[in-house]
Amino acid sequence: MLAVEGLACRRGGRLVFEAVSFALEAGDALVLSGANGTGKTSLLRLLAGFARPAQGSVTWLGREITLEPAEHAQRVHFLGFADGVEGLLSVRENLAYQAALLGGGADTLDTALATFDLVEFAARPARELSSGQRRRVALARLLAVPRPLWLLDEPGVALDRANRARLEAAIERQREEGGLVVVATHGDVRVRDPLVLELGEPNPC
Amino acid sequence: MLRAAVALLERDLRLARRRFGENLLVVGFFTLALALFPLGVGASPDVLGRIGAGVIWVLALLAVLLGLDRLFQPDLEGGGLEQMLLSPAPLELLVLARCLAHWLGTGLLLALASPLLAILVHLPAEALWALPLTLLLGTPTLTLLGSIGAALLAGSGKGALLAALLVLPLDIPVLIFGLSAAEALIAGLDATGALLFMGAFLLAALALAPLATAAALRLALG
Repeated sequence: MLAVEGLACRRGGRLVFEAVSFALEAGDALVLSGANGTGKTSLLRLLAGFARPAQGSVTWLGREITLEPAEHAQRVHFLGFADGVEGLLSVRENLAYQAALLGGGADTLDTALATFDLVEFAARPARELSSGQRRRVALARLLAVPRPLWLLDEPGVALDRANRARLEAAIERQREEGGLVVVATHGDVRVRDPLVLELGEPNPC
Repeated sequence: MLRAAVALLERDLRLARRRFGENLLVVGFFTLALALFPLGVGASPDVLGRIGAGVIWVLALLAVLLGLDRLFQPDLEGGGLEQMLLSPAPLELLVLARCLAHWLGTGLLLALASPLLAILVHLPAEALWALPLTLLLGTPTLTLLGSIGAALLAGSGKGALLAALLVLPLDIPVLIFGLSAAEALIAGLDATGALLFMGAFLLAALALAPLATAAALRLALG
């Protein structure tokens, strides 16, 4: 479904990575690893279509994503370092807004809140939450709006063990339903038989 | 598609209600800055009456510029902008919704406060409706033009001051026609021409500014 061919990324004149190629089919997961600064986040942003690659191509079902940016945007869930949670809004308001913005309905909100154990905080303003709880609000939107491609940048940061398990279960469910997951992680989130791409190595897979 | 834009508008208005104090600060700046003029140029009614409308318009323009950094900066830093890009609604439409919400919290409040300011500087009774009318027509254009500058500089971390300098030249036609319309109405003259020009500026800004702003935001994220 998602194929990457000879991808290179340049930031501020510096070549971050080059010749990155891989192909993912329905249900696959790709774990991006590598030291800081090897381009894990940059690669996720290229896959999301936020930036254009310096070289190479990203294709979805054989069509280049840069040729159909509007369609590609609706396939992608992107969870970055900044979680997009607004402190003045309650947990529920945050999730309802993000779901509506991404084109989802209101009927999935309760399940999403329950999955990440957020029901008891639902009415609290997000600024009163701890960073792990905020991260769970951001994760809940992955479940509130179904989308085939999840791009997760360090999703396990600040999560306790129970919630990391919930995240891992959500990732496996997404795969069972035929979705794709690309995770950049330093190993705190475990994914069942993933493909691994080690960035910053001379010979990527 | 429209639902996403409505959701953004609702969220922004809810946030604006919760930080109503911040919006009042913009109006507070507007009022206090005007209150300085009698101290600076003397409190004689004919001096103030002559410059009053102009001063109010210039201050409204500055007040709009002052609020620009809140347009996209929080979303860019907080990760909200990425989510806007992933919405089924085009970014241009979301930008329009954001500008509308922002204007309701700044330009509209300024226009509503302007009659009070007109009394403060001894403007004739006609100013009580002429100023709000011209500000209602002019401030949305200022917000839309400002959104281009705010988006261009959002990624650079240079802040609001540079954005203000960048869009100030674009604002000058709005200021000239807005002020000439206000002064003509206050003097009891026909202001149709100037008002039509302001309407044309507003329509042009509505059509073009979201395109430029959305392009600048995409660039900022790229």
